[in-house]
Amino acid sequence: MLKRVYEGTIDYLQVLDENGALDATLFPKDLDDSKIVDMYKWMSYARALDAKMLSLQRQGRAVTYAPLIGEEATQVGSAMAMRPNDLFVPSFRQHAVFLVRGFPLELFFVYWRGFEEGGAMPEGFDGFEVIVPVATQIPHAAGIAFAQKYNKKDAAVVGYVGDGGTSEGDFYEGLNFAGVMKLPLVTIIENNQWAISVPRKNQTAAETLAQKGFSAGMKSIQVDGNDVIAVYKAVSEAIANAKSGPTLIECVTYRMSMHTTADDPTKYRTSDEVEFWAKRDPILRVRRYLNAKSLWNDELEKKMEEEHLKAIDDAVEKAEQFKPDPKVIFEHIYSYMPPTLKEEYDEAVKNEFWQGNL
Amino acid sequence: MKVNMVGAINNALDLAMQADPKVVLLGEDIGKDGGVFRVTDGLQAKFGEGRVMDTPLAESGIIGASIGMALAGLRPVPEIQFAGFMFLSFGQLINHAARYRSRSRSTFKVPMVVRTPVSGGVRTLEHHSDSPEAYYSHIGGLIVVEPSTPYDAKGLMLRALKMDDPVMFLEPTKLYRLFKQEIPDEAYEVEIGKANLVKEGEDLSIITYGTMVNVVQSVVEKKKLNADILDLRTINPLDEEAILKSVKKTGKVIIVHEASLSFGPGAEIAARIAEKAIFELDAPIMRVASDSFPYPFPGYENYYIPNELKISKAIDKLLSQ
Repeated sequence: MLKRVYEGTIDYLQVLDENGALDATLFPKDLDDSKIVDMYKWMSYARALDAKMLSLQRQGRAVTYAPLIGEEATQVGSAMAMRPNDLFVPSFRQHAVFLVRGFPLELFFVYWRGFEEGGAMPEGFDGFEVIVPVATQIPHAAGIAFAQKYNKKDAAVVGYVGDGGTSEGDFYEGLNFAGVMKLPLVTIIENNQWAISVPRKNQTAAETLAQKGFSAGMKSIQVDGNDVIAVYKAVSEAIANAKSGPTLIECVTYRMSMHTTADDPTKYRTSDEVEFWAKRDPILRVRRYLNAKSLWNDELEKKMEEEHLKAIDDAVEKAEQFKPDPKVIFEHIYSYMPPTLKEEYDEAVKNEFWQGNL
Repeated sequence: MKVNMVGAINNALDLAMQADPKVVLLGEDIGKDGGVFRVTDGLQAKFGEGRVMDTPLAESGIIGASIGMALAGLRPVPEIQFAGFMFLSFGQLINHAARYRSRSRSTFKVPMVVRTPVSGGVRTLEHHSDSPEAYYSHIGGLIVVEPSTPYDAKGLMLRALKMDDPVMFLEPTKLYRLFKQEIPDEAYEVEIGKANLVKEGEDLSIITYGTMVNVVQSVVEKKKLNADILDLRTINPLDEEAILKSVKKTGKVIIVHEASLSFGPGAEIAARIAEKAIFELDAPIMRVASDSFPYPFPGYENYYIPNELKISKAIDKLLSQ
């Protein structure tokens, strides 16, 4: 006997194409033009923030930073789809998600100056800490989703991972846990085509990253990750369905810049490729749409840019006033200070070791 | 009640789950099967499948999901079936459990008790007999405890389940059913970070924990030694005060553990004694431990783990100086 026991297909969703033309049949019912203007503003804000971070890093005023440019639609679309009670679990590039969810920019800059105080989330903030070891946050996201279900909360958890991260064991382990336990988890693969220098095609022989969700028994879809409306639609629908189980969403986007400020992408990719994607820029197509409907103009653009720059500069100024206290690094290791650690602390405080060289 | 260590831990988990709805158990085979050592026996029947969960077979996923549960306000107790399999979750423990509190400046905490059977001596297969306490103690941020009696096992577990820290709860497989002890029916706590002076003496101090406690006791009895026996119970943070107090009294010290010698917990203990009490010693600090290589197949384990003879020889050498 030979019979087919499984068959799977992956749909690709695009609502707004690179020319700004809308597929009205797919337009989400809860969206309207004012919300699209908001999306445009958030994406522009994120790009301005990114540019500021790059400039600060180049001046030695920030630590190594992972730029987001090119990935604004994936991040803004998904962040705007979250409801007030939903939670998000980032990787290390989701700056726009933090921005849209209301993370104080001042803390953002303190974090990227290299101080843990920037990770001291305000009470009630709906995000978790930046995670650097690749894909290790996906099991956390599953556990957080478990807690929502266990506490009978109507909340979904949105977790982020990159294309390279889908090769990690923790990616599958987290998805599998969520699949078996039918947890309210929406996992977004921010497929920006490059894991530092290794292209997407060298991560897996699978045709799509979305199909990896099949192996964990969950609904999976591929989305144009440079189309903020498509991302918004896919994530909203996954969140609405979260009570019945998890969803995997592959957002196909492009890392327009370097992996981090320590990277030089000209070593491993062509300018033709970058140009190809520049034509598919996530912000440009929304601007075309808004222009065509006379919802935006250069004057509004100029006003918006000034507002963003002012907010960013104010936050940088505040963040640069932050003065680290070296004593604090001892104080948050445990819920209490064990005597052996107290001794190291006392030695350091008494001698002020942080004065450094003789 | 008179129970062995399995019964004591089972009872502690039962009491904690009754008292605190945030306590959830998860791991491989811990539900219907009650765990391969039966430590969680009957708890799924009592508290339901939503609270005592058989997970997919994935150690990193179990610890990672537990970290997420803890970050979201639950108090998970993951079981890793054997210490040798726990290395697959090492990244989660070191990169996240140990750091999440400090890197968020205590915005988040990770109240989690990771249970796993450790050490050998029971003729199990490869990778079922590791003594990993030094790895987890080295990083800081993880509390590491290892009881040697049913009484301490219950008290330390109930204490660990009240702390807002990640606790590595190492359960010596050999001691699970070795002996029974009368312990209180009700909840009680044993303080974490406090050693237990099992026996008092004047001539030497023997610092030990876990599987070696009763082996040391037997040596001391058979040789009629007048010795302090200090059962650490907590490996990290060390009860340095109790160690120094005993050592300063006797002037001679030997450290005995089943974890292998080189870079083991004994090295840390010896260094602290040397730094703070060397002029009160009248002999060099000695260590007895398993040899400095990976745990052998069970056919050879009795040649590897410190036994009465090995400990006795070391004590003779120490006392002759």
